[in-house]
This record gives sequence, structure tokens and C-alpha cells, in this order.
Amino acid sequence: MASGKRLKIALVGNPNSGKSSLFNYLTGLNQKIGNFPGVTVEKKTGACSLLDGSVVEIVDFPGIYSIYPRSLDEQIVSEVLLDHHSSATPDKIVVVADATNLKRGLLLLTQVIDIGLPTILVLNMMDLVAKAGISYDLQLLSKKLGVPVVPINARNGIGINELKTQLAATLPVSDKTIFSIWDDAKAPVKQLRDRVGIDNDYEAYLFLEQPQSLGFLNSERRNIVDQIRTEYKFFPGKFQGAETIHRYSFIQDLLNEITLKASLDQSWKKRSRQLDHILTHKVWGYLIFFGILFLIFQAIFAWATVPMDFIDGAFANLSRYVNSALPKGPLTSLLAEGVIPGLGGIIIFVPQIAILFAFISALEESGYMARVVFLMDKMMRKFGLNGKSVVPLMSGVACAIPAIMATRTIDNWKERTITIMVTPLMSCSARLPIFTILIALIVPDQKTLGFFNLQGLALMGLYLLGFVAAMGSAWVMKLIINVKERSYLMMELPTYRIPKWSNVGFTILEKTKAFVLEAGKVIMAITIILWVLGSYGPGDRMSKAEEVVQEQTKNMRLTEEGMADRIAAYKLENSYAGIIGKAIEPAIKPLGYDWKIGIALITSFAAREVFVGTIATIYSIGSVKEDDETTIKARMKEEINPDTGGPRFTPAVGFSLLVFYTFAMQCMSTLAVVYRETHGWKWPMIQLVYMTVLAYVSALAVYQILS
Amino acid sequence: MLKTGTTHIFALFKFNLNKSGMTRLKNVSQMKPGEVGIVAGFTDDHLSVKLMEMGCLPGASVRFNFTAPFGDPVCISVSGYELSLRLDEAATISILN
Repeated sequence: MASGKRLKIALVGNPNSGKSSLFNYLTGLNQKIGNFPGVTVEKKTGACSLLDGSVVEIVDFPGIYSIYPRSLDEQIVSEVLLDHHSSATPDKIVVVADATNLKRGLLLLTQVIDIGLPTILVLNMMDLVAKAGISYDLQLLSKKLGVPVVPINARNGIGINELKTQLAATLPVSDKTIFSIWDDAKAPVKQLRDRVGIDNDYEAYLFLEQPQSLGFLNSERRNIVDQIRTEYKFFPGKFQGAETIHRYSFIQDLLNEITLKASLDQSWKKRSRQLDHILTHKVWGYLIFFGILFLIFQAIFAWATVPMDFIDGAFANLSRYVNSALPKGPLTSLLAEGVIPGLGGIIIFVPQIAILFAFISALEESGYMARVVFLMDKMMRKFGLNGKSVVPLMSGVACAIPAIMATRTIDNWKERTITIMVTPLMSCSARLPIFTILIALIVPDQKTLGFFNLQGLALMGLYLLGFVAAMGSAWVMKLIINVKERSYLMMELPTYRIPKWSNVGFTILEKTKAFVLEAGKVIMAITIILWVLGSYGPGDRMSKAEEVVQEQTKNMRLTEEGMADRIAAYKLENSYAGIIGKAIEPAIKPLGYDWKIGIALITSFAAREVFVGTIATIYSIGSVKEDDETTIKARMKEEINPDTGGPRFTPAVGFSLLVFYTFAMQCMSTLAVVYRETHGWKWPMIQLVYMTVLAYVSALAVYQILS
Repeated sequence: MLKTGTTHIFALFKFNLNKSGMTRLKNVSQMKPGEVGIVAGFTDDHLSVKLMEMGCLPGASVRFNFTAPFGDPVCISVSGYELSLRLDEAATISILN
């Protein structure tokens, strides 16, 4: 439009109706992820050019079966559709329905029509309808509903131009009313409309039925709604069942009229049924599932290392370059040692997140993910989780941040909260550098039983430990958290399909962007705070570092590099981080750690893998490249414990540290994501406390038993 | 005047079978793979609303397809698609066959 204000088009529809494919088709790479105002539900928007050259904004909404929400994600749809007078109100609603399952898709459509917003019906998967031998009179359907009907195939783009034409045309509100509100509800609806000013009866009626979806009302109007609800004894969903029956009987009549040729031929589903025989089989089903899990593991660990090493190296080089190219000073130091490594610390996770979401999205697209939920639901329920918790837990192995973002599909509040709370116990990839170096230090590189590498076994054991702890904690929380809300599964098992790869690509892009932008901010901030803590200290100790070290070492013949390393170590020791490390020494001594390890514990709070770098600095080998494990390892081996005269890193200390890092919530970014997802500091704080306590107590036990 | 209580909607439609003495009907959780039946009603107000939205309506035909490896959840065909339900959810759907 010339005025610069773009038309807003909302895409709504059932899950599995192909809504995302359509969204991707319409918007291509012009997609943006944001948030709906005031809530953390992700909002996907994109610009779409119509045939006449005008541009409209498309908003993709979470998949829903009805205007009555079942989860937080779904609630946003009713909130937006019920709020007719805000800047976020869509100008047109496109309801996407799976044409092979028209009956269920039309339920939502009739509700949207009754709300009184201009609506277009899009029938997707017309190719399958043709295959099944069904044919509909779409003109009659359009006439009966009073809305345009556009048949499409979102997989290959057939019908998209017709849809674009419809989007550009003026669209009146449908003149049909499919469901007239009950006589019982007429009086309160009239009162509400008079006092609050609502456009139509059904909208007002939904105000009374769904008080939870009215976040947009100011308190004055909200009070009026509440008053009327109390006066007429409304409770959420009071007439919902009767309304659903009423709508379905209308839909059945409608379908009887518009169906030109019905077909009971379900042979297009035959292959899907055969696949289900194997994929949900009690032996093959689990074997295949664990095979796929193994493949994902393998991909995240083995394949991701190549780009990760590259990113790591690139940022280290950049850091070095900046350090040498710019004049020395605090700003250069901030840039080279704070900002650039901070950025690197964010980008380094991108390959793993991309690979993980490539798998998850392909599995979801194909319909297999619903079968995973189906296979695992019974087991997970015993631990207070849900079949849908499998995906977040699995993803937690790569990184807890996208994993926690993936819990939104769980409708039940308690199950979702527990999943969020235990997911960080799954050993994420950031723990891997610590695991490898400590295991290399304390576990002999030997084979047992002929072919099992001891170090490999130890690593596997740590992953298992994290998993067991996650399930155990879930079980305990199931007993503690007392909620009346009922948990249910009730999930469609969609027909298997070959994934549409461009959709997979879009998902990867979307998730990666969300991670870099959302978690990235926090990681960046914490990195800079820690850089300050590590680079500054009280008084003039820092500025005198060089003199002091030179004084101390004047009898040693040190190389320039060795000197610089010693100064760095001295500086770290006397920085705020060093002082905190020393202050917590009494607390961590029972675990077998000294203040040097204490400093590493503190600096690794932003991201666990910082542990290795800090250890390198504190042991005056900072100039050694970080991936030079043998040097760091050798130096750690030499470190002497002054109390015993023996090595500092005994097996007892090593295992204690390993266990500590397996359980500890050493990840500020995860806490930030949990804060976002649970709308407050309560759950992230509980999580921080319980995981730290678990880590401390377990590490204490391990050290005391082994030493 | 409006009636109160969760059974209000069912006063209009009389298909909460607990309250009409028809509890001896078979339910979906007792079906065998391949068996078909007609939905007669529900025994749980709260779940019935959701089941009906998903196309599991009184009078609709259901086919019991298969169960998950440990017998729970189950997969049924209803209204032309496949729906998975936990056993206790399936037990709230009464059928005639």
C-alpha cells in the first residue's frame, strides 16, 4: 500500500495442515522472528509480494484445532483474533485446512468466520485428495460459507498465485453466521457488548468463555467482563462441548452437499500403515529410534567439529590480530579479550544447533516425531514427563538453550516445567572440552575386555550419569509439584511423507537466528562482565603486576613468552575473579579444589568450556593454543598440591570435578532462556539452586570416597 | 437462568453416560486391533470436549488400529485420520459395535 502501512495477513490452521510450507512459500527468505507483545510466544512474520507489486505482511500462528486454546502457544491465537482493535489485529485471516481431512479443518474455519474477521479458506494437499478419488464442489463450499476458497498444493506451489490474487482483492466479512449463541447466553452477551463495545455476539461470547485469553484488555474493561461472568456464573469452556457438536453437525451437512464424489479408498495411506507396523514395533521400533538417536549424536559430535574448529580458529586469529593491530589499552583488551571471544563463544554453537534442528525438523516433517512421542509416552509419564519431552531431552545433548525452546509443544504446564527443569542435566556439548581434558588426565588410555577404550567408557558414563540424574530429578519433582491440571496426549499421527527439504532449511535458519540473537545477548553481556572481573582488581595490584613478577623472577632466565604468561597468571590471581576464587576456597576445599580451580569455576559460569582456557591462563601457559591439549594436560599433571606434596589432579579431584560439571548449572544463557520461558525468576532460581546443590553434594561424596 | 456445574452442556445433550446408567457399554480401550465401532458417548466431561474437537463425535465410526509396544498409548482411526490416545483417555470413549 502506498501509505506505507502493510496489510497484515494471519495464517491459522490445524497442526500438520501444511501451514508452515505455505508460509515459507509466500515469504521465502524474508522471514523475521519476534515475539507477540507481552508474551514469549514466538511470532513468525514475513513479507510477501503480491502479483500487483504490493507487499503484505504474513504472520504465522501456532497450529490449533479450535479457537479454544489447549496450551500457552495456542492461547496467543485466540488473543489476537479476539482483540479487534489493536495495531496487531490482522486485516485478513487465511485458514489453512488439510483437504484430506476437511471435516476437522472446517471446525476452526467456522469459528473464525463467526468472530467476524475477513476470512479466506485455503484447501491444502489437493494432490492427495485427487489421489484418493474425492471431489468437492468448491464453488458451492465458498457460497455456503460466504468466504473465498482457494485449492492449493503447498509442496509445489500450485494455487499460490490464485491465493495471492485473493489476498490483494477487497474481502468483505462473511455474511453467514454458523453458530448463533445459546439463548441462555444472550443476556450476558448483550450486556457485555453494550458496556465494553464488542463487534459481534460470538466474539463477546468468547470473552465470557475464555477469560484466560483476554490479556489485551485494560483493567477497567476486564473488571466488567469478570463482573458479568460472576453474575451469570460462567466458567471457562462452559458451553464448549455443545458448540462443537453444533458446528460439526453443520459441517457434516455442508460436506454432504459439496461432496461430488466420495471415496473410501484409503490406499494412499497404505504405505504409511505398513511403515507404522515397523516403526512402532516393540523391537524394531525402539531399535530404529535408538539408531536415529545414535546418528544424531554422531552428527553433533563428529561432523560438527570441523566447522566448530574452523570458527574457533578464526575467532582466535581475529582476537590476536586485533591485539597486535590496535594500540594497547583497555579498549583493545575489551575488544580482543572480551567482545571477540564472546562472539566466538556464541557462533561456535551454530553448527551443532543447525545440525540438531536439521534432524528434528526432518523427523517432524516426515511424521516420525509423532511416533517417537507415541513410543516413549508411557515410559516418560512414570517420571512426570510427557512423550513430547523426548525431543527437548534429546536436543539437550547438543545445547540446553534450543532444547528448552522446544518444550513449547508440551501442553501440560507441570510436564513442561519439569522438562525445562531437568533438561540442563543432559550433558551438553559445552561440557565436552572439560570432560575430554579431565578424562585424558586421570583415566588411562587403555583398552579393557579387548576393545572398550577406558576413556571412551568414562565419557559414556558421564553422559549416562547426566541422563539418570535428569530422570531422577524429574521423578522427584513429579512428587513435589502438586498441580490439578490433567495431562493428556491426544495427538494426531500424521501420514508419513517425504520431508520437504526447503522447510527443513527454513527451520534451521529460524532456530539458529533465534539462538544467536536471543541467547547471544546474554552470553555477550556475561562474557564482558567476566572479562572485567578477570582484568581488573582492587588497588594498584594490577598495574604493578609487571614489576612484581619481574622482581620475583629476576633470577630465572625466562623467555619473553614465559614472562608474559607469568604476568597474566599474576594478574588473574589478583583480579576480582581471583579474589572471589580465593574467597570461595574454604567452600570448595572439601571437594578437593584449590583457589585456582575456584577461579576456573567462576569464570566458567558464563559457559562451561571457559574452564579449560582459565586453567591455561592461571597455570601461566596462556600463550599455548587452547586446542593444544597435550601442553595443558602436561602442565596440569605437574601441578603440585602443597598440602600433600603429591599431584593436584589426583583421580579423586578429577572425578569430583567431572561430576561437578555434569550436574552444575554453569550456564547463564540457559538460565536466561528459562527465565524467558517461565515468565519469571522463580524457576531459574530453583533450577540454579537445586543443580548447584546436587553438584556440590555429589562432588563432595565422590572426592571423600575416592581420596 | 443458567444452570451451574460442569454437566450443564450434557444436560442439553444427555451423553454423559455415567449419568444415564449406560456404564456397561464397551469402551475404546477394550477394543482389539482391527475392531470397529460407533462412538456412543463419553464418561469424562473435560476430555470429551477435546475429543469432540478432534473429530471424535458421538455417532462417528472408530477403528482400533494398534497399540504402542507396552499397550499404551493406542492408535485409532476416526473422522478419516489417525489419532493416538493414552489408554485412560481411550477408556472415556464408549462405543457400540
